[in-house]
Amino acid sequence: MTKPEPLPRILNANDLATGDVVYWSGSKWTRHIAEAEMIADNDAADALGKTEMAARRVVDVYPFEVNFENGVPVPARYRERVRSLGPSVRLDLGKQAGE
Amino acid sequence: MYKYDDFDHAIVNARVDEFRDQVARRVAGELSEDAFKPLRLMNGLYLQLHAYMLRVAIPYGTLSADQLRMLAHIARSYDKNYAHFTTRQNIQYNWIKLAEAPDLLADLARVEMQAIQTSGNCIRNITTDQFAGATAEEVADPRPYAELLRQYSTFHPEFSFLPRKFKIALTAAPHDRAAIKLHDIGLELYKNATGDIGWRVFVGGGMGRTPIIGKVLREFLPQAYFLGYIEAIMRVYNRYGRRDNIYKARIKILVHELGLEEFHRQVDAEWADIQKTFAEPPAVELERISAFFVNPTFETIATPVAIYDDARKTNPAFDHWVERNVCAHKQQGYSIVTISLKAVGEIPGDASADQMDTIAALADQYSFSDVRVTHEQNLVLPHVRQIDLFALWEKLKDIGLASDNVGLASDIIACPGMDYCSLANARSIPIAQDIAKRLAPIERSTGELKIKISGCINACGHHHAGHIGILGVDKKGEENYQLSLGGSAAEDTTLSTILGPGFDADGVVNAVEKIVACFNTIKRDNERFLDTYRRVGTAPFKEAVYG
Ligand code: SF4
Repeated sequence: MTKPEPLPRILNANDLATGDVVYWSGSKWTRHIAEAEMIADNDAADALGKTEMAARRVVDVYPFEVNFENGVPVPARYRERVRSLGPSVRLDLGKQAGE
Repeated sequence: MYKYDDFDHAIVNARVDEFRDQVARRVAGELSEDAFKPLRLMNGLYLQLHAYMLRVAIPYGTLSADQLRMLAHIARSYDKNYAHFTTRQNIQYNWIKLAEAPDLLADLARVEMQAIQTSGNCIRNITTDQFAGATAEEVADPRPYAELLRQYSTFHPEFSFLPRKFKIALTAAPHDRAAIKLHDIGLELYKNATGDIGWRVFVGGGMGRTPIIGKVLREFLPQAYFLGYIEAIMRVYNRYGRRDNIYKARIKILVHELGLEEFHRQVDAEWADIQKTFAEPPAVELERISAFFVNPTFETIATPVAIYDDARKTNPAFDHWVERNVCAHKQQGYSIVTISLKAVGEIPGDASADQMDTIAALADQYSFSDVRVTHEQNLVLPHVRQIDLFALWEKLKDIGLASDNVGLASDIIACPGMDYCSLANARSIPIAQDIAKRLAPIERSTGELKIKISGCINACGHHHAGHIGILGVDKKGEENYQLSLGGSAAEDTTLSTILGPGFDADGVVNAVEKIVACFNTIKRDNERFLDTYRRVGTAPFKEAVYG
């Protein structure tokens, strides 16, 4: 049996000062998952996470799997979907509410 | 309630200043995240799914109206206008900014509150009966002892780095509202056959990955030895509790591995040793603390109170609310009121800043400015004149907090789950909301039913102790829910038993509905769900759910 192709991954973290969930766009951290860039090189992503944490911009950097739908990354797991949107029980709060 | 003395103020303010400095050093890069994380956790600041979360301690679940107003102010000024009352009688804010946390803590300190002992491997916030000082059931108010324990354990140098977190609960009533047998140490104050008052000491209880009911370590501990004996238990645990495996580090595992007899022997040996040097606080200190918990000045009220009785007779909705939410008070003409934070379809335990402000005003007007938090995520006004109950109920209706469901199917404990918590496997809140909506129409006829939901095995939602317990698990990346039946956190503590294979979110709500329907067909007279379950076991419920 052939192994399924691994899903593409993007990098996320929490902003050190605000705690807000942020994504790596390729050049900077962004609050919007739509602007996130796919990880091309795992080692480079690891190194980037360490540098960015050391630079005191973010904490808890980690990659997660996404499906690209119409060019926009959609988290494969529910947990990351909740992070990208906000609480499913408070649609008036978080990124889903335009905050 | 207890008022800080100069020493209390000094240590809490010093801690705020220290944390302000630590935050500044973190932001300036002088502290790495690895160095900073334990420091922020010691101040109750966690990093959760969406932002920093601050857990504020509410010692033994007792709040003044002014403190509640401050909690509302914090929700407005530092968060998004709401907060969440937890199963440890604490309160959590979900959207805190690191840079603002020191100012927030300084605001809290102004009303003698803090976030110490809400994280880390220390003795956590001490919990107790929310009816303490108001119920006729108790032999004494347990809160002076809880306060003594709070002072003893705050920044205790020997017990600040225990193998794991440590939870102590006390009660002084035979009806256990504090789940004492599900704590690392549970303490029950009672009067023995010779009329002396002392503690029955339970040890090694807890939920989480390995749920265990606490065992009686000492049947009767005279009050005079209260702290020394606890110190002896803590010392044995601190010395021999496992530090090699986080899942085996709680005292319940040590008690289990050593066996109760050997653990008892070691505690006794330690206690004998301690008594050579350990000085219990002088009686005058307990008296000093107890003076903060004396009864308010109750009026002498003749009963029955005609206005109250008439309102019950003429207004069925009020009568239903009294039946579920109002309990007997030790003082004639007064009642204890539970304010349900479980309006059907709302988030269990959440309260808006406006609701908190209104409850504070109601506490001022009707309950000697006294408010309590329950481990079932509700609030209590402990001393309300019966003559005022109708007016109070009307005012609670205005803010959406007059749900008459305490102890019924929609009074569900639910942890934050995957909507907020970074450790979660599944969401808890939407399951609670759906079950509440589904069962609300039949909950009165169903009678007492405690449904408890956790989003992961850490069991903050006490699912092991639910008449119906629901545990969120991860099944290949999807949310899945395991059902269990027959748990109780009361004096008849039991752990629930898993019913069978799990369900998706819709499936678990349907399954709970089938279980309740089955119960309603097989119950005898006014039997509670738990008693029916104990009589018939899992078989009929399994059949109802799995066919
Ligand atoms: S039980 Fe799990 S999901 Fe729920 S609050 Fe506790 S750690 Fe989070």
